[in-house]
Amino acid sequence: MAERQALVRLGIDVGGTNTDAVLMNGNRVVAKVKTPTTPDVTSGITTALRGALHAAAVPASALGGVMIGTTHFTNAVVERRHLQPTACVRLGLPATGVLPPMIDWPPDLRETIGNHYYLVHGGHEFDGRRIAELDPGEVRRAGRDMRKKGIRSVAVSAVFSPVTAEAELRAAETLREELPDAEVTLSHQIGRLGLLERENAAILNACLQDLARRTIGAFRQALAGLGITAPLYLTQNDGTLMSAEFAERYPVLTFASGPTNSMRGAAFLSGLRDAVVVDVGGTTTDVGALARGFPREASWAVAVGGVRTNFRMPDVFSVGLGGGSHVLDEPLRVGPRSVGYELTTRALVFGGDVLTATDVAVAAGVADVGDPRRVSHLSRDLVARALDRIQAMVEEAVDRMKLSPDPVPVVLVGGGSLLVARPIRGASEVVRPDHFEAANAVGAAIAQISGEVDRIFSLDQVSRDEALTAARREAVEQAVQAGARPDTVEIVELEEVPLAYLPSNATRVRVKAVGDLAGAGKPSGGPYLHQRFPAGPARGIRCGGTNPYSTFGPGRMFRASGPMHPPPRSEG
Amino acid sequence: MSGAARRPAGGLADLVEVAPGLHAAASRSPLPEWAAGGWTVTPADAEAIAIGAGILGTGGGGNPYLGKLQLVRYLEAGLEPVVADVSAVPDDAWGCAIGGMGAPTVGLEKLPRGTELADAVVALGAHAGRKMDFVVIGEIGGSNAMGPLSVGAQLGLPVLDCDAMGRAFPELQMDTFMIGGVSPSPFSLADAHRNVVVFHRVESPLWAERLARVLTVQMGGSAALAMPLVSGADVRRHAIPGTLSLARRLGQAVLDARRAHRDPAGAVLDVVAGRRLADAKVVDVERRTVGGFARGRMVLERLGSGGGHAARLEIAFQNEYLVAWEDGEPLVTVPDLICLVDLDRGDPVSTEVLRYGLRVAVLALPAPLELKTPAALAVVGPEAFGYQVPFRPLPGELLGSRAAEPAGKLSGKLPDS
Repeated sequence: MAERQALVRLGIDVGGTNTDAVLMNGNRVVAKVKTPTTPDVTSGITTALRGALHAAAVPASALGGVMIGTTHFTNAVVERRHLQPTACVRLGLPATGVLPPMIDWPPDLRETIGNHYYLVHGGHEFDGRRIAELDPGEVRRAGRDMRKKGIRSVAVSAVFSPVTAEAELRAAETLREELPDAEVTLSHQIGRLGLLERENAAILNACLQDLARRTIGAFRQALAGLGITAPLYLTQNDGTLMSAEFAERYPVLTFASGPTNSMRGAAFLSGLRDAVVVDVGGTTTDVGALARGFPREASWAVAVGGVRTNFRMPDVFSVGLGGGSHVLDEPLRVGPRSVGYELTTRALVFGGDVLTATDVAVAAGVADVGDPRRVSHLSRDLVARALDRIQAMVEEAVDRMKLSPDPVPVVLVGGGSLLVARPIRGASEVVRPDHFEAANAVGAAIAQISGEVDRIFSLDQVSRDEALTAARREAVEQAVQAGARPDTVEIVELEEVPLAYLPSNATRVRVKAVGDLAGAGKPSGGPYLHQRFPAGPARGIRCGGTNPYSTFGPGRMFRASGPMHPPPRSEG
Repeated sequence: MSGAARRPAGGLADLVEVAPGLHAAASRSPLPEWAAGGWTVTPADAEAIAIGAGILGTGGGGNPYLGKLQLVRYLEAGLEPVVADVSAVPDDAWGCAIGGMGAPTVGLEKLPRGTELADAVVALGAHAGRKMDFVVIGEIGGSNAMGPLSVGAQLGLPVLDCDAMGRAFPELQMDTFMIGGVSPSPFSLADAHRNVVVFHRVESPLWAERLARVLTVQMGGSAALAMPLVSGADVRRHAIPGTLSLARRLGQAVLDARRAHRDPAGAVLDVVAGRRLADAKVVDVERRTVGGFARGRMVLERLGSGGGHAARLEIAFQNEYLVAWEDGEPLVTVPDLICLVDLDRGDPVSTEVLRYGLRVAVLALPAPLELKTPAALAVVGPEAFGYQVPFRPLPGELLGSRAAEPAGKLSGKLPDS
């Protein structure tokens, strides 16, 4: 029974400073390795992979899967590096013209990818009527112009495409005829309602296509070099896996996978499903909330590299506090400046000359790293006040992220979490689980497979119960088809939003089911086998139909609840 | 250009294409002499007005973000609106109030063509047989503050420094022109197809709301509204003067405080009369949708209070914040303004983003005089919103007096604030 055999998985987190790898046998961490991230990414991963296999004394052939979480694509956007010339075709005329694509981008980023856009007729009203007929001639002319300019990646957006994707799909077909080699990103597959934000995410995805192919190619090479034949996955924003093939087409979905992985890892290692997670790194502390084992999502537009987007991102509050934070006195200050990855050379306990939060923790006897004699001269008063400050910073961040005034468990992870040495106000308990310093890699290793349904049901045709049952069943089926073990699949999100204005008592239902990765075999297609939205609003239940547009990948649907135009928040 | 050709961002040609005739600088009216003393809106002003309008939105009114982006496009193309004082406008000059009608969420998806508001204004003028001399902001609180400035830029019409709400309100009749008895008709609605409909006569503001609502759904769920048609004399009699420059000053104060790492909520109260009810944390939010309006209540706990019962504030909202209680006693009620701003950055906090843990400064600003007459209170007082509490006005007025706006700080600031 290969299915029942514990799955051996390698989880890797490629961060800006360190690459962490853990090897897990079933639910046990059997090896962990931390190595510096290398500029080429690949050699760092190779080192980590080899180290983990060696430490666990496991042959490459025993691996059932390799899961990588990476901030590579986020960093590319933030640093404006490795981005390719990209065009946006927006279907919305005669509406939308006064606010063209990329209007709210930082000018340097807009220029980096060429500021190419085309406004054409098309798109839909909120109720599914067409704003204007799509004119294939207009789209064709845009395609020819791109060909002339040598643009090979296109984002297509249409007004109300999350309600009906018809316009985007038809335009993509026409574009493919003109530009057979181009990569086409459709906005309805990436974001939710809010045209500018969804379009922004689609354009970011489009401009990362070449980098995604190269990077994921390099990941594959690293695996092949070590004789690993197990399937390769990348983790996405919501803490679930996507196949490498899928990630190549949707790199934008990895944007917030870092904090997500550490929160998922914290949930796994602590066994807690509802808790606040405090991840203390070298420079910052990220605090997020777990709800049923998954990070709570931000309800506002999250800016990446200065661009507002609206895809699902974990709601993370960051403070400038980490193991490398500078500690200054008179007045007392802790962070936000940090020695970062130079901690092991610049902190006092490591022979350096900068007083850091780590030095304070060592002087107080709560951490045991480096040489404690090098901090024995620090005044007790300063040490006590600095620890008080650190404690207060953490407590305030925890309080911000709590969902209610009731005390909640707090999970401490990350190498810097040693700084937090006392009970936390507002916490029912404080847990620092084993392997806390590798929670992010663990989060990648244990990432699950999901299935999702997001659909408008007309309650004139079916009862509410029937609609919800059908949506639930379908989400479960999709997760299983995508490679989840049936006995582990559960519904983690169910959202029902009655739609105003629409006739026939329409309601939008979104259901997400997730399950553990089954032991053997590679899922066919992406991990998400999505149900596409029916063209037009307010339809009845549609089950399991084949998708004529599957070459464009799964449809990612939007979430109709919650504020759709809140203030932007930077990723800082 | 009918579509596919790529166009450079920000050029005047682009704007002309979007709205032939209307947006061309050549077709703009020359600025009337009486408006010569006004101020010209800069991109920095647009930024400040968006923040100030958000604060005056008292939790509702929609986000001015998209409207600001649109306005900045015109400014960058050299089309700059002039804001004129209400004291300058001649009695027999004509204009209209303008704003958006319909579901704000639709506007986030179906972005404007850019012609909608201007079309509504032009059509209303043509129907009434009057040359339009100015435009008026219908609602200064929230997203509706921005559109009239874009129209001023497009048509070359002065935008009067006033509005008809002094804040945000959810319904058409909650408007000082309507309260004062100005006829709602004729009025006009326009959409992105450049369909423009003029309503020749409606019996009451309620009928206007009813008929316009139906048409708005057909127009795609949101439409541009020009209503009512007003003379300079009407504006001076009914509008709330100085609210546009107030929004600008509020926003500027927040931006300056942010840059200087000073307290942004305190900066707001340096500009306007009012009280800081509390620096507090949201500890409970309860919402439900009743008749298309998002109603709810929230509880806030004063920071550093240790959480005792007396330290709690409760605020009821229906799109906007309406009533604040302390220890069961009503402290502030509509039409006085209850404004929540983010403690760190001073960004206005709308009812949509409320959730546990949010840290805010709760500010109470006295309503302008025009909202405190018996006639106005019948429409915008606490009882009109279903709260059986008396209106006990905060001392002072939002804008001091009806006299022309001083350039600097307001003189109406109270000693106890």
